[in-house]
Order: sequence, then C-alpha cells, then structure tokens
Amino acid sequence: MCLAIPTRIVELLPDEMARISLDGVSKVISVALVDNLAVGDYVVLHVGYALARIDEAEALATLELLREAAQLGAAP
Amino acid sequence: MKHVDEYRDGALARGVARRIAEEAQPGRHYRLMEFCGGHTHAISRYGVEDLLPENIRMIHGPGCPVCVLPMGRIDDAIRLAARPEVTLCTYADLMRVPASGATSLMKAKADGADIRMVYSTLDAIAIAEKEPDREIVFFAIGFETTTPPTALAIRLAQKKRLRNFSIFCNHVLTPAAMQAILEAKEGVEIEGFVGPAHVSTVIGMSPYRRFATDYHKPVVIAGFEPLDVIQAVLMLVRQINDGRSEIENQYRRAVTETGNNKAIDEMAEIFELRESFEWRGLGEIPRSALRLREPYAQFDAERRFCVVTLPARDNPACECGAILRGAKRPQDCKLFGTACTPETPMGSCMVSSEGSCAAHWAYGRFRQIERRKAS
Amino acid sequence: MNKHEPLGRKLDLRHGRVDLSHGSGGRAMARLIADVFHAAFDNDWLRAGNDQAAFDIPGGRMAMTTDGYVVSPLFFPGGDIGKLAVHGTINDIAMAGARPLHMSASFIIEEGFPLADLSRIAQSMGEASREAGVPIVTGDTKVVERGKADGVFISTACVGVVPAGLELSGDKARPGDVILLSGAIGDHGVAVMSKRENLSFETEVLSDTAALHELVAAMVAAAGASIRLMRDPTRGGLAATLNEVAHQSKVGAQIDEASIPVAPQVAAACELLGLDPLFVANEGKLVAIVAPEAADALLAVMRAHPLGARSARIGEIVADEHCFVQMTTRFGGGRIIDWLSGEQLPRIC
Repeated sequence: MCLAIPTRIVELLPDEMARISLDGVSKVISVALVDNLAVGDYVVLHVGYALARIDEAEALATLELLREAAQLGAAP
Repeated sequence: MKHVDEYRDGALARGVARRIAEEAQPGRHYRLMEFCGGHTHAISRYGVEDLLPENIRMIHGPGCPVCVLPMGRIDDAIRLAARPEVTLCTYADLMRVPASGATSLMKAKADGADIRMVYSTLDAIAIAEKEPDREIVFFAIGFETTTPPTALAIRLAQKKRLRNFSIFCNHVLTPAAMQAILEAKEGVEIEGFVGPAHVSTVIGMSPYRRFATDYHKPVVIAGFEPLDVIQAVLMLVRQINDGRSEIENQYRRAVTETGNNKAIDEMAEIFELRESFEWRGLGEIPRSALRLREPYAQFDAERRFCVVTLPARDNPACECGAILRGAKRPQDCKLFGTACTPETPMGSCMVSSEGSCAAHWAYGRFRQIERRKAS
Repeated sequence: MNKHEPLGRKLDLRHGRVDLSHGSGGRAMARLIADVFHAAFDNDWLRAGNDQAAFDIPGGRMAMTTDGYVVSPLFFPGGDIGKLAVHGTINDIAMAGARPLHMSASFIIEEGFPLADLSRIAQSMGEASREAGVPIVTGDTKVVERGKADGVFISTACVGVVPAGLELSGDKARPGDVILLSGAIGDHGVAVMSKRENLSFETEVLSDTAALHELVAAMVAAAGASIRLMRDPTRGGLAATLNEVAHQSKVGAQIDEASIPVAPQVAAACELLGLDPLFVANEGKLVAIVAPEAADALLAVMRAHPLGARSARIGEIVADEHCFVQMTTRFGGGRIIDWLSGEQLPRIC
C-alpha cells in the first residue's frame, strides 16, 4: 500500500506548496506536513503531499551496510 | 543519488541473498510476514522470493487499504454517489472493488452516478471550490500514510469556508491490525514482521514496541524497494537466530524514532478513535479506525448524509480472511483462478494489484510452474 | 442570395461554434464541409463532390480497416485526435505489410464545439494525410446535441494493398522467433495523461504518434518473407500486444526488461502514477516477430529508419502451453506479464 516515491524539491511556492522534479517530470505538491524544506531536498511524495524528508547520510549508510553484507555473502 | 535505482540492484541483492542463505540455520523455519502491500508488490514484481532459501517463507499481510475495506462501506459509498446532489471523489484504486450485488463504483458511474477519480485530496478541494452547488464527498481510505493528507484537506476546507465538502472516513490503523493478527485464535505462527515503510514515516517506531515486549516478535521497518526488503529479511534472520525481539529500522533514510510530529498532531486534532471497525477478512477490530471529531462534524459525510452501514457478506467460499492472516495461501482457495480472477474479482485480495491473490496471479504462478518443471 | 457565395456567408472559424444546422444536410452543412474539411483535405476525389470516391487499385490482395477515435483531451503534447485518426488507421493497414492507399473520415461533433478547434483538427489531419501520402477521399459529418458526445469523435477507414506473397498474421509466431520493438514505449499514454484533469503533471514527453507504413515498407523490402507478423502496441501497451500474439499463435514469449527502451521521463511519470510502462499506450511503435536468422539484418534496417532509430531485440517466442508472456526483470527475477485488468488507473496504494 501507500505508493510513495522519492522526489526532489526544485522550487518552494507560497501557501506551503512546492514544485518537485523526478527525472524531468514536474509537479506541484503540498509541503505542509514537513517543516524547513529547502530546494534540493528529497522528500517522500504520497498522494500529492510530502510526508518525510530523505536523509542523505542515512541513505549512504544503508547502502554501505548492503554492500558489506553482499561482500560477506559473495560467492566463493 | 535519486533514492530509487540504488535499491533495485540485482547483483547487490544476490550478494545479500547469499549472506542470508549462509546465516539462516538449516532445520529452522523463518515465517516472516511483510505487513504491507508495498512489500508484497516489491517481492512479487522483482522476484525476491526466488533469491531466498527454502526455509524462509514470506507471508503476505493485510496492509492494503483497498483489500481490507469491508464491502458494506463500498455499498455506502455507492449509495452516497447515487444521491443526485453528490459528487463522489475517490482514489482510482477503489473503482473496481466489488460491492454487494456484483456492483462497483465503476458500474455505479456507468449507471449515471457522478463519481470522479482524483489523485490527491487537493483535487477534491479544487472541485468543491469550482462547483459550489454540488455536494463534494471525498471517499477517504488508507492507513496512517494517507490520513494526514485527508486531515489537511479538512483544514483547508475550513479555511476556505467550503460548505459543500465532506469526507467519508475509512482511515484505519496499522498497529491495531498487526495486533489482531497476533491474537487471532486460528492464527498462524509468525516469527517476525517486515514493518511498514511509509506508515512509519508518519507514526515512527514507538507504536510497534508492544510487539517486541508483549508478543516477543521482532519487527524490522523496511522501505518498499527490493533491496530494502532483502536487507530487512537479513536483519530478521539475525534477530531470530540471536533470540532477540527488537524494533529495528532498515528504512532509516525516511523513518525516524518519533515519526512526523506535524502529521501526527494534524491527525490527532481532526480524528478520534472509533470503538471498533470492521476489516474485510479480519472482522471487527477494536480501536482500529478513525472518525472525525465533533468540532469537524460538518465535514463528516456519515453524519451529514446519515450513513448507516448495512452488513454485507462476502462469498462464503472466499478465503481472503485466512489469506490476510497468513493462515492460507492464494492457491489454497477454491475460487482462485477459477471464479476469482483479476477480471472478475470475488474477494478483496484479488482486487488491488497489491493484494496477495492478485500478486500471486500476476507473478507467483510463474514460480509454481517453474517448480513443477524443475521437479 | 449572393451569386458568388451559393453557400451563404463564410464560417467564422475564430469565434463560431458548431450548431445542429451544421449536421442537417442543408446549406450550413455544405458550408462546414467546404470551409473546414475540403479546405484541409483538398484532393480531386473530394472536389468531385460525390457521396463516394472511386479509384483504381493495383492488383493483388486488398487490406481494409476501420477505427474510432475518442480521446480526452483532444489536443495533447505532440498531437491531437485528428493526427491520431490518420496515423492509427494507416498503421493498422501497415501491420499487414500493406501499402495504404486511400482513407475515409467520419466526424460526430457535439453541438457547441468551437469551429476553431474543429478546423485545427481538420488541418492537422490534412497535414498528416499529405505527409503520409494517403489522401482522405470521402467523409461524413454528423452533429449531435450538447452532452451526447465529448467534443468530437472521429472514425476513419483505410484501404491498402498487400505485396504479392506476403501473408502476415497473428497466428504465425513460432518458438525460436525473435521479437523486435521499434522504439521506446509509453510516450503516447504519458503525454495524454499529463494533460488529464486532476492528474496534471508537467513533462516534455510528446506523443509518439506517427504513420509507420514507410518503416514497414523498408522492412518488407528487406526481409518480407522472414517476418511472421507485425502489431502496433496501442491500447494495453506492449503487454497486451504480446499476450494477443501468444494466444493467437498458441506460444509463449520470453522478454528481457533491460532490453526494452523507456524514456527516463516516461519511467518517472509511471513511478509517479503507479503505472507500468508495459501497459501504457503507444501510437508510433511496432512489434515485429521474425525468423531468427533474419533478425539482425531486419533490426539494422529498422534502426536505419528515423521512426525505428531506437529499435531493439527484446526477446523471443518460446513453446508454452499456458501462452504466458514472461519477463526477466532488471533485478534478475522472473515475472509473468499478464493482460491489463480493466482500465489502467493511477494508484495510491
């Protein structure tokens, strides 16, 4: 459930709205549920609303853990 | 980094899967329920199960709001839409859900009801502004992910002094359903949960604590990309091997300990708990759903149009209930693939592409045939 | 009445609207046909002013097709209903390997429809038919009351001739045959959806609407005898086309996700709406099932044509009593590509 995708904020608009971009597709969404967003931030977009900011450092850490596990599990 | 393709890397997934195979103890069964339809979708669409060892079984949970909405509530929505003054706005997912008497919103629309598909509550508000002479009713469904956008729409309607906007509220709560599964008398053994992704961005981690403390079940909150799911499986296998039951967070890039406080506050301001609510396949679950608080009564379509939900019975042969609890698999149902297909869904699990039966129809049959070929 | 203007005053193509008199068979209708349709489609057959067009045909087998066009919105990035009505019907003829010759066009117009829009659609059709070299030689116009149609519906028919010895058919796919696709999928569907009310998002994706008969002619000339069949994956997308072929030929298909071209913007729009590009409509692409030994040469011919520049080998026909279309995902897993169930609708969950 809850189809939501990461998109990048490209412009902050009045009334707690923002323009997002996803590989050249752009859309105006509500950012009323997430405070202190800046242009360049990635947010999780669900039914026209940003639900959460994506933490770049945490994302890198998760990918690092995945790579580590994959190496440990590498075929002999 | 775009936070999508990185988590769809097949080579990386095979590496992690080999790690899982190394760490999973032979002779031990790992029955893991992925609660959300989003996980089910990722597992079937990317063929994640192909990568897992035989003794790890993924059980598809009830986390698809379309699947668990009881038929009586769809009947209510159809009756609302049939009122001449009403325009019913709905997410497209609900259009084909079977209602009583072989109807659906799609068929009601063909019969002349004014039903419009929207992508966002903001679209429903825009329609209400543009058509002040129509009664705009938004068919609100979804878990904690989809609830804050409904709450904000009510705020907006209030601010704009819209007198012709209301919602038919069917928002339900994830932890309540997980608890109901664990307490079901006829339930199935589950060693751990892959916990909700986007629900958790809103509610955070604490609502799941009781599953670790009271039920001793590990929960790993995980994103909806295939590598997220595989990593969560590895984390669950490790917890089970260690005899731990903790709430862990694989989806750290979007989920924090406390969740989205602004969204939680908005929900709390506008909604309150219902005493009890029916879940399709799971029955009545106490304190598992939301309704509008008294100060927002004017936006409540149930009060505004005196909606009285009538009991509606699913096909008695339909096994959706047992399938949603993880007690049975789609192929165990007599109706699966015969009377019940994606074209003519009988039960809720076949309706949404994230339902267990629809996912098995679209992707799982392939594996069954491969296995038959192999054996 | 003005002697020089037997049909009365010229239509106001800027501000005027279609009314019921334009479909009544009287002067108003004659005026509409003259000012809008004849002006746009102009050719000898139409100028003759008969209820039908008579023309010579070369020998051989004839191909004939008809198709109705209802699209919302009527104008979308990269095209409009008129262009679609010309290209789509030409393509249906071309998929038989045939050369399209002549077309007809019939319009059902809703009362109140702006003449400017009608004229724009007619101009676009005229342009498309001239570019394709397939004249619109006969037609019809009806006007229905407001609310009885959605702007304008267009129905077109086309006749063509099949080169001697060529017999393409949906039941001819055999295990081992190669599946070729003429370019990236999903552009048309995404371009149209981007302009639908309540779905609005912005993208530079244009509809791929195009007449494919010249690409087909090049393919037939190069490898006609090795082509089993061709299809244009319109409604229901590539998934529907492959399932149709599998069922008609009683075979399976095995395709490779990584080999199927999809523009990044189309993929992004599909992510946004919860759709799968495999099910999204195309209006300027074709799928060819060909004998394995001819596949490479034919692919080169397709890539040499501007409408086939991104052609790709996407998989092959396999023996399968279940007639399943199966795909190896980019991730390395396998899945069945089923027909689309119902209409493809944007999802939230």
